[in-house]
Amino acid sequence: MNYYITYFIVAIGLFSFSAFFALFGVYAERKISAFIQDRLGPTETGKFGSLQTLADIVKMIQKELIIPAAADKWLFMLAPAVIFIAVYMGFAALPWGPGLIPSKINLGIYYIFAIISIETLGILMAGWGSNNKYSILGAMRSAAQIISYEIPAGFAIISVVMIAQTLDLQAVAMQQGVLSAEKITFAGFWDVTKIGGLLSWNIFRAPHLIIAFVIYFIASLAESNRAPFDIPEAESELVAGFHTEFTGIRFALVFLAEYSMMFLVSMIGVILFLGAWNTPLPNMGPVHLADWTTNMWWGILWVTLKTLGLVAIQMWIRWTLPRFRVDQLMNLCWKVLTPLAFLCVLISGVWRVWLM
Amino acid sequence: MKLINGFTTAWKGLSLTVKHLFANNSAREITTVSDSNYFKQLEKGTNTIQYPKQQLPVPEIGRYQLDVEMDDCIVCDLCAKVCPVDCIDIEAIKATEAIGQTSDGTTKRLYAAKFDIDMAKCMYCGLCTIVCPTECIVMTNQYDKTVFELSDLVYEFSDMPPEVAAEKRALFDKQQAEKQAAKLAAMQKKEGGA
Ligand code: SF4
Ligand code: SF4
Repeated sequence: MNYYITYFIVAIGLFSFSAFFALFGVYAERKISAFIQDRLGPTETGKFGSLQTLADIVKMIQKELIIPAAADKWLFMLAPAVIFIAVYMGFAALPWGPGLIPSKINLGIYYIFAIISIETLGILMAGWGSNNKYSILGAMRSAAQIISYEIPAGFAIISVVMIAQTLDLQAVAMQQGVLSAEKITFAGFWDVTKIGGLLSWNIFRAPHLIIAFVIYFIASLAESNRAPFDIPEAESELVAGFHTEFTGIRFALVFLAEYSMMFLVSMIGVILFLGAWNTPLPNMGPVHLADWTTNMWWGILWVTLKTLGLVAIQMWIRWTLPRFRVDQLMNLCWKVLTPLAFLCVLISGVWRVWLM
Repeated sequence: MKLINGFTTAWKGLSLTVKHLFANNSAREITTVSDSNYFKQLEKGTNTIQYPKQQLPVPEIGRYQLDVEMDDCIVCDLCAKVCPVDCIDIEAIKATEAIGQTSDGTTKRLYAAKFDIDMAKCMYCGLCTIVCPTECIVMTNQYDKTVFELSDLVYEFSDMPPEVAAEKRALFDKQQAEKQAAKLAAMQKKEGGA
């Protein structure tokens, strides 16, 4: 019985986190976009416009839920829920600190990849159900893009998994710091098991993972439909793509899913490549910075900071780079990222056998 | 090669935008466009003008909207006739005698029962201000004319209430009738005398 209560608390906690993050994320996005373009962004609602997104949510909740006359009613109504739940369930397997993980499953990364693929289904449902040609075009684009980019992303992840030898995200996290049970070497030669910090992060344990990380990061932008891979929404060509017909709280759910997805993919990137909840501060002689800054609360802090850093980079990229054309998109995926990811897998194999 | 080019140019763009991200720490200085620093300062801080709180200085002799000094208007209707878009609507009532003088000494003989300018139609050509003999219709540097109703853009300059207008009309008609009667009487007298 107590089990179920814990489950509910965890589920509600994760939901409120993703809702809170979406509020914060939309605000940050507005401010960053404004500053990049030499504007001010929201300033009127609350100090520096900080209550703007809250006001937006209140507005969205009040809006009428419109179902287009010719829409496929059930698909249309379920789509936002499917999109959001798919992303939201992904949060279940992410470790937040030593011993702190909503659901400790030894297939963590595999599960996440499986569950967030369902988002594509939700987007297709939204596009098809709307019975609007722009929506279906957007949905098809999204499906094509996500299916393509899952391949380099998958191989980049496999190259980490080969180094880590586990699919359990908590175990992957554990290996990248002073709590590691096995020997960690910096770039394959320097034993840093007791030093920890930045030096034991995956991208430094095996430096070719830097390339894998870049591949993963680019692919993750595509997975979350963020610019420069936002052709599914492409507001200047497709009105707003797959979510054109959604109003009020349904639209808010789609939006929530996009921002949760940004956080989710960034956090996976942090866990796999950037030391998860481990501190960046190494032990130096008698100054045991790494030991001092490793526990559950520090873990939450580090993983949040690193993830928000990546989210900020996603926003920065969104407001700088122009949208890809669909052929450029496919070119980049199949001719550049996929071969490079294969190469990373190959190097990982060699690395694991000879250098670890 | 193309790929490397792609990444370097992307990086160039990204470093450009990140520079702007952190450059945005000073409020915009409010200077006129004639200021030699005007375009330079747009490069460093924010470009946003928070309008009601901050206002761009406008030239002293800006020509933004029309204003009529009704006391100086002789209701000659020239401005309404010259207006290319017919947005000035004047209704004149003849007075029974001279009703005063404008500031430049012209005698006023007409009342303006109606003097409306539809600012939504006006194209700010300024022709009306040129033809006006008493220079009472001018353009001012007031540029904020936002209103909630389109009809509020019809500016009514005449301050004559309709009752007064009706009274003046009646007076004029009476005078005309008297004149007519006098004329008739004179003609009859002439005919009778012949
Ligand atoms: S400025 Fe031109 S358009 Fe406007 S009222 Fe005068 S004559 Fe008409
Ligand atoms: S031209 Fe000048 S004086 Fe004549 S009616 Fe117009 S505003 Fe009045």
